[in-house]
Amino acid sequence: MKERIERHLYDVVVIGAGGAGLRAAIEARLAGKRTAIISKSLFGKAHTVMAEGGAAAAMGNANSRDNWMVHFRDTMRGGKFLNNYRMAELHAKEAPERIWELETYGALFDRTPDGKISQRNFGGHEYPRLAHVGDRTGLELIRTLQQKIVSLQQEDFAETGNYESRIRVFSETTITELLLDGDRVAAAFGYYRESGELILLEAPAIVLATGGVGRSYKVTSNSWEYTGDGHALALRAGATLINMEFLQFHPTGMVWPPSVKGILVTESVRGDGGVLRNSDQKRFMFDYVPDVFRKQYADTEEEADRWYTDPDNNRRPPELLPRDEVARAINSEVKAGRGTKSGGVFLDVSTRMPAETITRRLPSMYHQFKELADVDITKEPMEVGPTCHYVMGGVEVDPDTAAAAGVVRGLFAAGEVSGGMHGSNRLGGNSLSDLLVFGKRAGEHASAYAESLDKRPKVRTADVEAAAGAALAPLHRESGENPYTLQQDLQAVMGDLVGIIRREGELTDALKRLHELKLRVANVGATGGRRYNPGWHLALDLRNMLVVSECTAKAALEREESRGGHTREDFPTMNPQWRKVNLVCSLDDMGEVHLERKPLPAMRPELLELFEYGELTKYMTDEELS
Amino acid sequence: MSRHFRVWRGDSSGGEIRDYDVDVNDGEVVLDIIHRIQATQAPDLACRWNCKAGKCGSCSMEINGKPRLGCMTRMSTFEESETVTITPLRAFPVIRDLVTDVSFNYTKARETPAFSPPEGLAPGEYRMQQIDVERSQEFRKCIECFLCQNTCHVVRDHEENKEAFSGPRSFIRAAELDMHPLDARSDRKEYAQANQGLGYCNITKCCSEVCPEHIKITDNAIIPLKERVVDRRYDPLVWLGRKIFRRDQLAEAPPAGVAPDAHLDVGEMLSTQSGGPSPFGDDQTFPLTDITYQHPAPGSPSREG
Repeated sequence: MKERIERHLYDVVVIGAGGAGLRAAIEARLAGKRTAIISKSLFGKAHTVMAEGGAAAAMGNANSRDNWMVHFRDTMRGGKFLNNYRMAELHAKEAPERIWELETYGALFDRTPDGKISQRNFGGHEYPRLAHVGDRTGLELIRTLQQKIVSLQQEDFAETGNYESRIRVFSETTITELLLDGDRVAAAFGYYRESGELILLEAPAIVLATGGVGRSYKVTSNSWEYTGDGHALALRAGATLINMEFLQFHPTGMVWPPSVKGILVTESVRGDGGVLRNSDQKRFMFDYVPDVFRKQYADTEEEADRWYTDPDNNRRPPELLPRDEVARAINSEVKAGRGTKSGGVFLDVSTRMPAETITRRLPSMYHQFKELADVDITKEPMEVGPTCHYVMGGVEVDPDTAAAAGVVRGLFAAGEVSGGMHGSNRLGGNSLSDLLVFGKRAGEHASAYAESLDKRPKVRTADVEAAAGAALAPLHRESGENPYTLQQDLQAVMGDLVGIIRREGELTDALKRLHELKLRVANVGATGGRRYNPGWHLALDLRNMLVVSECTAKAALEREESRGGHTREDFPTMNPQWRKVNLVCSLDDMGEVHLERKPLPAMRPELLELFEYGELTKYMTDEELS
Repeated sequence: MSRHFRVWRGDSSGGEIRDYDVDVNDGEVVLDIIHRIQATQAPDLACRWNCKAGKCGSCSMEINGKPRLGCMTRMSTFEESETVTITPLRAFPVIRDLVTDVSFNYTKARETPAFSPPEGLAPGEYRMQQIDVERSQEFRKCIECFLCQNTCHVVRDHEENKEAFSGPRSFIRAAELDMHPLDARSDRKEYAQANQGLGYCNITKCCSEVCPEHIKITDNAIIPLKERVVDRRYDPLVWLGRKIFRRDQLAEAPPAGVAPDAHLDVGEMLSTQSGGPSPFGDDQTFPLTDITYQHPAPGSPSREG
C-alpha cells in the first residue's frame, strides 16, 4: 500500500486552535518562526467560545485593592493548595498584561464609567476581577486572536505576496500521532477531515493546545472535539500527565430539555444575583458552606443580598462558593429528593432583578433558554444540575517554559491540556487568563527551543508508514464495531462509575470495563470512505478517549481523599498528607498506563507568607508548617 | 415517536435526497436528529457541529429550505406529521452531505484590513466609554455561521458576483471597525465601497432575517456604511468638518449631508458608469424575474438531484 502523504516543513506546529493555541501561534510568529496551526474544526470555532463569564486578571479596575497576590491566594484556595504554585504565581502576575494586549488586537471589553475594562464578580474571586463582554467573553477572545492572526498574515502578504508565508491555519485537520527522532519531537502526523488525505508536518517544536476530555462523559458541556487528543499524544510521545483524577463538574448545566442536557449556564448568573433553590423553594447553599470558607461567606440571606451592592461590609452569598462545592451541594439536594422533576435544582434570576436588567446583563443566557428550552428566564427559574466541564489534570509541564515533562524534548503544552495550574479545582474565569498567559509562554519557549537546535530532527519512514496504517485501519474493518456504540458505552462507564461521587468498588469495576472496551476499540470499523466521514473520525478519537479515561480512573482509585474535583464517598475528607502528592501517569513500553506518586513542589516562603497561618493549618501537615 | 426526515446525501459530483424515519423525543432539536441518524443508520453522514448551544455557528444548514442552525431549530416548531427536509447551504460548494466549502468567507475576511491600533497608546491605556463600544459590540456578537452570506441573493443566485462582493459578514466587520472608538484607520467606508462590493447590496434585509444572533445587519451596519459614504464623498460640510474636528467629535456634529429633498440613489452616485451598477450583476436582462428571495413552502425540498 503506497499512500500519498502531503508533507510540510515548519519551525513550530501548534496543535489546537482555541485560545491557547492561537496565542501560542501569535507568539511563535512574532518570534520569526514559520508556524502552523492545526484546527480540528473551522478556524474560529474552538471550544473557547463556550467560556461565558470572563477572563480573570487583577487589573484593579473595579476594586483598587485587587492585585496579583490576592489573585494568587484565591487561585490556590480554589485549587485546595494542590496547584503548582509557580504556575499560579505567573498566571496572577501576567494575566493583566495579556488582557490589555488583547485591546491592541482590537478586543472590545465592557467598560467601567471611567472608560477602563469592566470587571465582574465570580465564584471564588475576592474582588470583581473578570474582564468580560456580556456573557460571550470566550467568543470575543477567540475572534480577537483569530483577527490578530489574520492581521499578521496581512503583514506577511504585504512583504512576501503570500498570506501563508509565515503562519498557516490547517482547518478541519486532526493529528493522530507525534513522530520522534530519539527523544525529540520531529513531526505531527494526521489527516484532513474534509478529504481524508494524510498530512505530515515536520517541525522541531510542537505545542499541544487541544483542550480537554469531557466527551468521555454522558452529561458534558464539551463539544465533540474534546476527546483528550493532546493528553493521549503526549503520553504516547513519552510525556507525563498529572492530576488526572480532578475533573470539574460545573454546578449549573441545563437539565431540561434532554437535547441540551449539559449545556452551560454561566456562573455570572449567580455573580449578578441569581440564587439556587430546591423544590421546597429553600435557598439551600447556606447549609453547605465548608469550614474553610466560613469566614468569607454570609450566613444569612439578608447579608448575602446586601453584598451585591455593598461588598466591602458584607460577606459573599454562598451561591458563589467554588464550583466543586456548589456541584456537590446540588448533587446532595437532588439525592435527598429535593430536586426538580428533571433531576436538577432551580436557578432563579426572575424574582431578583427587573427583566430589562436580565436581558442586558445576561443576553446570551436569555437567548439560550428562550431558543433552546422555550423558557423565559425573566419570568421563570431555570433548571440546572452538574455537568462535566473541565479537566484540571493534564500534561505535566515546566511552569516557566510550558515544556512537557517526561522523556520527550521539543513538546510544549498550554491551556486545558496542561496540568498543575488549577490544582484540584479551577476557579471560573481563570481558564481564559490561563490560556493567554501560558499560550504566550509556550509559543515563546517553543520558538526559543527550535532556535537552539543545530539540525532538525528527522522523521523515520517506518514511523510514517505505521502512523498511516493506524489512521486508515478502521476503514479496512468494514464489519468492525460501530464507533458510536463504543462511545456511548465509554460515556456510560465514565459517567456512572467515575463521575462526581466515586467509590473504590465502582472505580475497580470501571477499570475492568475500560479494559474490555480497549479490546473492542481495537476492532472498531468505519464505513463510507475517507471524505468527511464522521464515523471514521470518531473511530480514531476513541483510542485517545480511552487511554485518558484510564488515567482518570486509575488516579481516582489511587487518591484516597476528597479534594476539589475528586470526591471519594469512602474517603470524604481532605487529607493533608495527600496534598503533598501528585499522581503522575505515563505509558510503559507495552502501552499500559503506569501511575506513580511524586511530591508536589513546595511553595516559596514569601508566597506562603501571603496566607494567614490559621488558613494554612487547614490544608498542610504540621511538619510542613513547622 | 418516529418521524419522517429527508436529508441530502452526496458530494461535489452530485447526490440525492434520502429518506430516514427517526425517533424524536420531547425537547429535541434538528441536530439531535442528525446525530441519531449517524449513530443508528448512517455513521458516515457528514455534518459540522461543535457547541450545540448556538454559540459557535458550525451547524449551518437549510431546513425546509430556510437557512438555520441545526442546534437552534427545535423539533416542536414543526407539525407532528410534517416531513423535515435538511439540505446543505446552497451558496457554497458541497464537500459532502451537509458540509459545504465555506472558504469564500475566510478569503474575504483575510482581505479586510485588520484593526489598526492607535499610535502612542500603550496596552492598558485604552479608554473607551461603554456607549461608544456598544455599537461595535453588536457586530462582534457574530458567530460566523455564514447564514447571512448563504442567504444573500447577490451571491446565492450569482456565483459570478463572489469575486467582487464580500457579503454581509464582511460588511458588519467593516462597520465594526468603522465604529471602533480607537481604530486608527478612517477609510473603512470607502474601503467597503471600493473593495467589498457594498454597492451590490440592495438592502432587502434577508441577511438580518436569518441572523441567529439577531444582529441588525442591514439597519445598523450596511445602511450607515452606505450613508456615510455619500456624506464623505459629496458633502463639503463634512469634508470641512473632518479637517476641523477631531474624529471623535465628528459624531456629535450636526448631521450634515444630502439635502432632505434630494433623493439621490446611492449606487448611482458612486458608480463609475451612469445609472449605477446593477445590484444583481451587469449581465442581467430586464425585467428581473428570478432574483426575489422566497422562502420555499414547508416540505418542498429546495434542492434535489
